[in-house]
Amino acid sequence: MVTNITNFGRSGLSDWLLQRVSAVILALHSLFIVGFLLFSSGLDYAAWSGLFAQTWMRIFSLLAFISLSAHAWVGLWTVTTDYLKPTGIRIGTQLIIILAIFVFLVWGITVLWGA
Amino acid sequence: MSTLQVSLYRYNPETDSAPFMQEFQVDTQGRDLMVLDVLHLAKEQDNGLAYRRSCREGVCGSDGMNMNGKNGLACITPLSEVVKGNKLTLRPLPGLPVIRDLVVDMGLFYKQYERIQPYLQNDEPAPAIERLQSPEERDKLDGLYECILCACCSTSCPSFWWNPDKFVGPAGLLQAYRFLADSRDGATRERLAELEDPFSVFRCRGIMNCVAVCPKGLNPTRAIGKIREMLLADAT
Repeated sequence: MVTNITNFGRSGLSDWLLQRVSAVILALHSLFIVGFLLFSSGLDYAAWSGLFAQTWMRIFSLLAFISLSAHAWVGLWTVTTDYLKPTGIRIGTQLIIILAIFVFLVWGITVLWGA
Repeated sequence: MSTLQVSLYRYNPETDSAPFMQEFQVDTQGRDLMVLDVLHLAKEQDNGLAYRRSCREGVCGSDGMNMNGKNGLACITPLSEVVKGNKLTLRPLPGLPVIRDLVVDMGLFYKQYERIQPYLQNDEPAPAIERLQSPEERDKLDGLYECILCACCSTSCPSFWWNPDKFVGPAGLLQAYRFLADSRDGATRERLAELEDPFSVFRCRGIMNCVAVCPKGLNPTRAIGKIREMLLADAT
């Protein structure tokens, strides 16, 4: 057993499962957005804004944002532990990544519910 | 006269400040020799050359090395399989400290093997004769027990290169599953508990270099997948 305190779920198993579930959610959301862009006729600001005015789309998008945040943290945490060996540089990078993810998530929520 | 251009990794920490490549011209007399035979011929030219070998038939796992960029056992690898453009480059297994020339320190590799407790554990009273297995239960061990611990797989695995002290590596995990899958072993729960952290098993990224190089044709990636399935079944 190798001890860790900075990975997402404190367990490799939960990180692994979360990475796969969040990937499926992100794939569904991406496919939906691409499908909407391809198949909606006369796409304009009103149609785009109307899509995101609906509660189910906001919930779906928030789910995708949260999935993206978790997915990014699990993935980038792995990259930092592979390639950044000096502890100070590794923890510093991890803190910057976590902060950026947090800012992007809150920003995303304000965009979804702000307009 | 058919001369093979052989480039050998040389390093003697007592006399060399840094490793270097030494060129040899080896006369193969047109035969499709094994790489180990070529090493013997090179050693006749410079008897200071150091490498491990023992059984010379792919059973002991001593002569794992990197041949033209790919890990394998020198004794069962014919020149026709690895030589390109009449040139053969031999280096020690990547990722482990070099003791001398092609001899590496396998300490970390064995430490990870020791960690998975590679022996049967069973607290129940032993039966009078032996612990029986059905043919189906025995079949589950095929493709697992054949490992000879040559380290070709673990030293070709980038996840093991970056974290050899934390990631068990393909060889160790193949053996971990060999005991998880054994119907006679009673320590399944304890074994799984030791493996669920983010490094021991889950640092495997499915690169599958281990499968590509295994001289015994084993599949550590499949065994790692089975361990994940067992962890998931136990924890959800």
